[in-house]
Amino acid sequence: MTETQAPPQEALPAERKRFTFSADPRLLGLVGVLVILCLVGQITRPELFFTESNISTILRLAAAIGVVSVGMTFVIISGGIDLSVGSMVGLAGVWLTTLATQSYGPWVMVLCGLAVGLGCGLVNGVLVAYGKVVPFIATLAMYVSARGLAERISGRRTQVVADQDFLAFFRGGFLGIPTLIWLFALVFAVGWVVLNRTTFGRRTYAVGGNAEASRLAGINVKRHLALVYGVAGLCCGIAALMVVARTTAGASTNGMFYELDAIAAVVIGGTLLTGGRGSLIGTLVGVLIFTVLSNIFTLNNLDTDIQNIAKGVIIVLAVLLQFRARKARTGSQ
Amino acid sequence: MSLLSVRGIVKTFPGVRALDGVDLDVEPGEVHCLLGQNGAGKSTLIKVLSGAHRPDAGELTWNGERVELGSPVDALRLGIATMYQELDLVPGLSVADNIFLGHERARFGFTRISQARDEAARLMARLGHPGIRPSTEVGKLSAAGQQLVSMARALAHDARLLVMDEPTAALAGEEVDNLFRIVGELTADGVAVVYISHRLEELRRIGHRVTVLKDGRTVGTGLDAAATPTADLVALMAGRKVETVFGPRHDGHARPETALAVEHLSRNGEFENVSFTVHAGEVVGIAGLVGSGRSELLETIFGARKADRGTVAVQGKPLGPGVRAAVKAGIGLAPEERKSQGLLLDLPVVHNVTLASLGRYAKLGFTERAKELDDAGASLRRLDLRPADPRRIVRTLSGGNQQKAVLARWLVRGCRVLLLDEPTRGVDVGARAELYRLIDELAATGVAIVLVSSEIPEVLGLSDRVLVLREGRVLADRPSSGLTEAEVLDVILEGSAA
Repeated sequence: MTETQAPPQEALPAERKRFTFSADPRLLGLVGVLVILCLVGQITRPELFFTESNISTILRLAAAIGVVSVGMTFVIISGGIDLSVGSMVGLAGVWLTTLATQSYGPWVMVLCGLAVGLGCGLVNGVLVAYGKVVPFIATLAMYVSARGLAERISGRRTQVVADQDFLAFFRGGFLGIPTLIWLFALVFAVGWVVLNRTTFGRRTYAVGGNAEASRLAGINVKRHLALVYGVAGLCCGIAALMVVARTTAGASTNGMFYELDAIAAVVIGGTLLTGGRGSLIGTLVGVLIFTVLSNIFTLNNLDTDIQNIAKGVIIVLAVLLQFRARKARTGSQ
Repeated sequence: MSLLSVRGIVKTFPGVRALDGVDLDVEPGEVHCLLGQNGAGKSTLIKVLSGAHRPDAGELTWNGERVELGSPVDALRLGIATMYQELDLVPGLSVADNIFLGHERARFGFTRISQARDEAARLMARLGHPGIRPSTEVGKLSAAGQQLVSMARALAHDARLLVMDEPTAALAGEEVDNLFRIVGELTADGVAVVYISHRLEELRRIGHRVTVLKDGRTVGTGLDAAATPTADLVALMAGRKVETVFGPRHDGHARPETALAVEHLSRNGEFENVSFTVHAGEVVGIAGLVGSGRSELLETIFGARKADRGTVAVQGKPLGPGVRAAVKAGIGLAPEERKSQGLLLDLPVVHNVTLASLGRYAKLGFTERAKELDDAGASLRRLDLRPADPRRIVRTLSGGNQQKAVLARWLVRGCRVLLLDEPTRGVDVGARAELYRLIDELAATGVAIVLVSSEIPEVLGLSDRVLVLREGRVLADRPSSGLTEAEVLDVILEGSAA
């Protein structure tokens, strides 16, 4: 009679690789873009591009925005968005460099930066999860007010870091690799493990993929969402430390436009803005693509306006590619 | 002592009293079947049992102790696992991830992927489907495959009470046997099962006792599943006097000319080889359960879904593909999900009404607002939509008046064929009577109407002819005059063309 179609999935291609990033053709495409960009860099400035100092520069520039993008990936996979990341970087940076904070020494500065980031993130999360404010609006409010508070605290002055231990640590290195790059790698690795190997990460995908199903499965969806925004805030706290160290100062303008760069990196990395799907590896490649792009423009003394046009084109191409890859995978619909 | 005892549960949603005093006792080791028509309150009751809905009144007793189920976690902790018909899977996650969602196999928060995969593989093997890989993404599985995952998840909880909402809806014969074998194993271990199905033969096979719900109330409980005659069960489920809602049947308005002709229409997995014609002025009702393919059929006629085979013709002319062609030919659809598929809730009535005929109200792309308001106002008066103010925001209207706004859209467009999918859902009784009158009046003006409804009395009362759809097939096509609700229910439940 009515034949329920036999599940067609049983005829899957042989063994699926254990780590999904090695099997995703779209990610390979992104890596291809990165490789092409590197080749362009090498061809246009062969004497400069593949030097140790230039690669170190690229990675140090990528570090702060990369850490912010890790948090952003969590938020977007959970089905939300965080517009306030740049402002949180600014506020945390200002707060940890006030004379008062600096007087307590480097440890307190670090803790202060992390606490401000985490706190702001949790405020976002509580508003979104328990206050039922749309993420766009809740984090837009934080975007404006955190920047305002940063200006208020600093009086719009640049607050130079006097503490030599702080600078020595964050501007120093280990095994010949700058601390900033180590930090970036550490945050990324921890983020990857949390997202892919812990219940917290699994639930982040679940909540973004189907919030009602997650609730029915016994997940505390509200608390989880609040924590996800907390994670994003904490990442901003870490990024604030990095920016302060790189510029040796805290200023209310730190982290300007980070939200746009982070969202762009996450999206070209293949994470869906609708939530439930995405990968940190993609985000990493996305961040690197943008950083290498701007490095090439700098090395060739080109204007930033052209750079922005190129950036926009890359975003659109990546998203179109993403759409097609998904269509090809799920069949026609 | 009962494992679970439910007393006087009441649950009200805005505008609907979904549960109005439900009693139910479940013993350990029994398969307790819940029976009732669509809208009788079965799904709401399940959600109360699983902690997804909090009841407004009534009490639950678990092993002799009074309990409150404030959230799904509470229910799972007690040992109540639920298999929903839908909604409970995350398409982007793997089979194993879905099975252990919310109770992940983990140590110190780190997931133990290989353990979860092994256990998932064992569960799928137990369900007779070792071929479904634990690492497969659930969104890529067929409906039957997803149903199996849902079942595996319920099993993974080691529950003492398993609630199954139409577990066989997407399964084929052999898979059903597998499911029944497992249900047998579970009950032998003392696990209780609350089993919901529309297929009476299944209740006969595995059920011990039956509880019948009707309009949110328990109308029969503790009935013997094997011995209670079908006629008695159907009578309990139907239980209402059709005459109280509808007057005596009048003669139809059918005219000789054919308005809509559907021939051999099929969509794989949804419906098969459906053929029927509707004359101008005729009302054809389609009866069938949710999931019988009725909404899909209407949407396919309307061009919103692409038919795999078959044709649709309006007034003798075959229809091209797509919604635009259907609208151009004079078909209108009032969709089942009125709020999400039919209306622009935050716009005024007039914009909703003229949406399908905007071309007529525009000059060089500028809308002619006065003419729009005039025509919309006229259609509102004709439909007696209250308040008859075309500037009113649709969201502020009652359900019945919102439905009228949808009808007005197709009236203004001048439709010759109207497809109505559950036109009275969420509409209160008074407004229903008015909608019934309107549908009748529309037919009198020569509009051909296809009406889908879960409420059999409604189908019988409004239609000149009734098609009964079961699992995507037309099992009966008969004039409504001789049919009774019990006869239609019989066809729907037993599947035999009476």
